Amino acid sequence: MTQRTEEEVLERIERIRRRRPRITDERITLSHGSGGRATHTLIDALFLEAFRNPLLEPLEDQAVFSVGAERLAFTTDTYVVSPLFFPGGDIGDLAVNGTVNDLAVSGARPLYLSAGFVLEEGFPIADLRRIVASMAKAAESAGVQIVTGDTKVVQRGKADGCFVNTAGIGVLERPVRLSAAAARPGDAVIISGPVGDHGITIMLARGELGIESDLRSDTAPLTELVSLLLDAAPQTRFIRDATRGGVATICNELALASGVAVVLDEQSIPVRPEVRGASEILGIDPLYVACEGRFVAVVAGDEAEAAVAALRSHPQGAAAAVIGRIADDPPGLVLVTTGFGGMRIVDMLVGDPLPRIC
Amino acid sequence: MCLGIPGEVLTLDVERPGMATVNVGGARRQVNVMLIEEDGVQPGDWVLIHVGFALAKIDEEEAQLTLSYLEEMGQAYRDELQALAESRID
Amino acid sequence: MGPEGMRFVDEYRDREKAQALAANIATLVEPGRRYGLMEICGGHTHTIYKHGIEDYLPEEVQLVHGPGCPVCVIPMGRVDDAIWIAEQEGVIMTSFGDLLRVPGARGSFLDAKARGADIQMVYSPLDSLRIARNNPDRRVVFMAIGFETTTPSTAMTVLRAAAEGLENFSVFCNHVTIIPALEAILASPDLHIDGFIGPGHVSTVIGCEPYRFIAEKHGRPFVVAGFEPLDILQAIQMLLLQLRDGRSEVENQYTRVVPWEGNQRALQAIDEVMEPRPTFEWRGLGWIPHSAMRIREKYARFDAERVFDVPATRVADPPACQCGEVLRGTIKPWECKVFGTACTPETPIGTCMVSSEGACAAYYNFGRFTRLRVRQAGSA
Repeated sequence: MTQRTEEEVLERIERIRRRRPRITDERITLSHGSGGRATHTLIDALFLEAFRNPLLEPLEDQAVFSVGAERLAFTTDTYVVSPLFFPGGDIGDLAVNGTVNDLAVSGARPLYLSAGFVLEEGFPIADLRRIVASMAKAAESAGVQIVTGDTKVVQRGKADGCFVNTAGIGVLERPVRLSAAAARPGDAVIISGPVGDHGITIMLARGELGIESDLRSDTAPLTELVSLLLDAAPQTRFIRDATRGGVATICNELALASGVAVVLDEQSIPVRPEVRGASEILGIDPLYVACEGRFVAVVAGDEAEAAVAALRSHPQGAAAAVIGRIADDPPGLVLVTTGFGGMRIVDMLVGDPLPRIC
Repeated sequence: MCLGIPGEVLTLDVERPGMATVNVGGARRQVNVMLIEEDGVQPGDWVLIHVGFALAKIDEEEAQLTLSYLEEMGQAYRDELQALAESRID
Repeated sequence: MGPEGMRFVDEYRDREKAQALAANIATLVEPGRRYGLMEICGGHTHTIYKHGIEDYLPEEVQLVHGPGCPVCVIPMGRVDDAIWIAEQEGVIMTSFGDLLRVPGARGSFLDAKARGADIQMVYSPLDSLRIARNNPDRRVVFMAIGFETTTPSTAMTVLRAAAEGLENFSVFCNHVTIIPALEAILASPDLHIDGFIGPGHVSTVIGCEPYRFIAEKHGRPFVVAGFEPLDILQAIQMLLLQLRDGRSEVENQYTRVVPWEGNQRALQAIDEVMEPRPTFEWRGLGWIPHSAMRIREKYARFDAERVFDVPATRVADPPACQCGEVLRGTIKPWECKVFGTACTPETPIGTCMVSSEGACAAYYNFGRFTRLRVRQAGSA
C-alpha cells in the first residue's frame, strides 16, 4: 500500500471539496437551518436540483430580473427566532429589516413587502399586537409598505409562538450588477459595523447560558447605508447582509462563487467587548455569529477609502472598516491573519457555532 | 477540559453564599466561587472560570512577572535586532 | 479584535514578544536534532493551530498532539448509552455543546434530538441543576465529561443537588483522569517524545506534583503551560532549555493561575462524590485501569448508571477509523486513510474530527493551509 504524501492528501481534499454536495442525512437536523455547510448542501442538492432555473442558480439572497423596462429585485425570508422579543427588537423588526436588507444589498430601492404569519394556538394576541406594531414602525423607517399578507393558525406546540415570512420587491434604479461572482484580486472587503451583536444577544436572551450583558440586536434597515456606499464606490462588486452564519459564511460563499481567496485581517474586524467576552466564555468565534444590521461589501481597491469614509458619515456605519482583501490564491478559501502573525483557514461551519468547554 | 477564561469578580451574591457575578468584557455570569473561597474572594479579584465555576484566583503579581520576563526577552531581541541593523553599516 | 483589550489574555498574544521567544527558541536547538514535544491538552492543540504557533518554531521541533481531548476519547458505546438514556420516558438530557455532534453507532445527540429526544445544551452543570429544579416531573440527566478541570464542577453540583434534596437529577459520569493516560502514552513503544507541554487547567486542580514521575522515572522534562500563544511558546522554550542542559524536571510556566499544590477543596469535592473506576475504555488507548471516575455508592441516587438500566453498549470503532493512532500520536491526522475524504467535519467518522479541539478537526480547519503554504513556498 503506497503511502500518500501530505501534498497528495491535501490536494485530494481540495478536489473533493469542489465536488457538488450530496445529501446523506435522512432527517432534517438543526444544522440544516444554521446557514453553514449543511444548509448549503440542502439548498444545492435538494431545492436547486428540483427548481433549477437561471435566476435561481446564482443562489444570491435575491433574484434580479427585468419586467419591461424596469429591473426588479425579489426576495423572501422566514423568521423563526426564539425568543420572539429580545433586547433591541423582536421578530417583527427582523421580518421587515431582513427582507428590506436583502433587497437593498442588490442595489434596489425596497418598495413592497408581503407578510405571512403562522400562529400557534394559544399565542397571546397582545404579543401579536406588539410584533405587528414593530413591523409597522420598521416598515415606515425603511420606507416600504406591507401590501399583502396571510395568516394561518396551527395547533399548540407546532409553531414556537409565531413564525413570520416576508417577501419583498424592490426596483433597481442604479445600473449596478452586484454579484458574489464578481470579486477580483486587489478588491477590498469592508464590514459596515461591529460583528456578532445580534447572534450573541439572542444566545444570551435564551437564558440557558446564564450570561447577561447590555448587548442589543443590531437589527436595522441598511438602505441608506448601501446608498452611501454605492454613491462613493460605484464599482462595488458585491454586498450581502451578514445574517446567519456570520461574516465567515458570506466570505466563504464569495470565495467559492468568485474563485478567489478572501484574506481577512483579524485585528481590523470590529467587535464589541461584550461580544468578545461572551464569545471567549463560550468558546465561539464572532466571525460565525449572526448579525442583522450589517453588510459585507467587496469594493474596488482604489475606492475602499472613499467607501469607508462614506459609511462612517452615517450613524449606522460609525465602525465601518476595511477588514480584508481579495487575492487570487488559494482560490475558494477564506484565510485570516491573526494578530499573532499566523494565518489560518476560516472554513464554513457545518452547523451553528456551538459553545464548548474544551 | 481547557476552556478557562479570566474574569473580574463584580459582586458577591449575598442571598446565595458561594455565588458571585463575574464579568468578562461586559458579559456577566453567575459563577460558583466555593472552590476558591479559602483564598478569600473580593470584588475586583480576577478569577479563572470554567463551566460556571472559579477554579483559581489569578495572581496578578505572577502575571506581571511573566509579562516582565517576556518583555525583557522582547527587549533583548529588539536590542539584538538593533545591533544587527547597526552592524550592517558598511 | 478591536481596540479594547481583554485583560490576562491579550498581553499573552503579543506578536513582538512571540518573535523574541521564537528567536530565543531557535538558539536552543541543536541543528539537525529532532525534538518531539507532546502537547497533551486539546485546548493547547486548538491554540497552536488557531494562532499558527508552529510557524514560530524551527524545523527541528515537532509538536505531537496527545490524548487530552476528553470528547475525543469517549468510546462510541458511551455515546450510544447516553442517547439511550435521553430516549427514556420523561428524560431531559443536558450536555455541553462539545458533544452534540459526536457520532455514536446510531448517530449523535443532534440526530437523536431530530428523532424526538429532549436534549438541551448547557454551559455549566449548575444550569442542568436549574433545569431539574424547574421541571420536577421530568428526570434530568447531566452528561458529564472532562478531565480533572471539569470533574470538581460536577462533584460540587452533585453536592448541591444532595443539599437541596433533589430527586430528579442524575449524572452520567464520563470523567477521565490525565495521569493514567500519560502512563499509557509513555508505555507506548513507537513514540518519540522528548518533553511534554503540560495541561494548564487540569493542573489548577491536581497541581504539578503528580507529573514528577514523568521527569524522574522517565527522564522527560514537563512544563505546565497556559493557553495563550506566548504561554505555549514560553513553555517550549523552557523545555528546550532543560533538554539543552540535560535536566528533566517539572516546571510551571502558568504561575499566574496554577498553584503548585493544586486546589485542595476541588480534590476533596471529587473524593467525596466520586471514586476511580477499576477500569475504563478509552477510544484509541484501550482499557486503562483507574483512569476514570464513577459516582460513589453514597450518592447513588445521582448516578445515572444506577438510576437507569443503561445497556452498557460496546461498539467497535468503524474499521476505517484511525482515531486511536491519532490520539496516541503515532500518526498525524493527514496520515489517516479516511482523513478529508470519508471523514470530514461535515461527515465525521471519529471523534478526532468532530471535537473542535480534536487533532483532525484542528488540522483540517487550521493546519491544512499552513502546510499548503509552506509547501508552496518551499517549491517556489
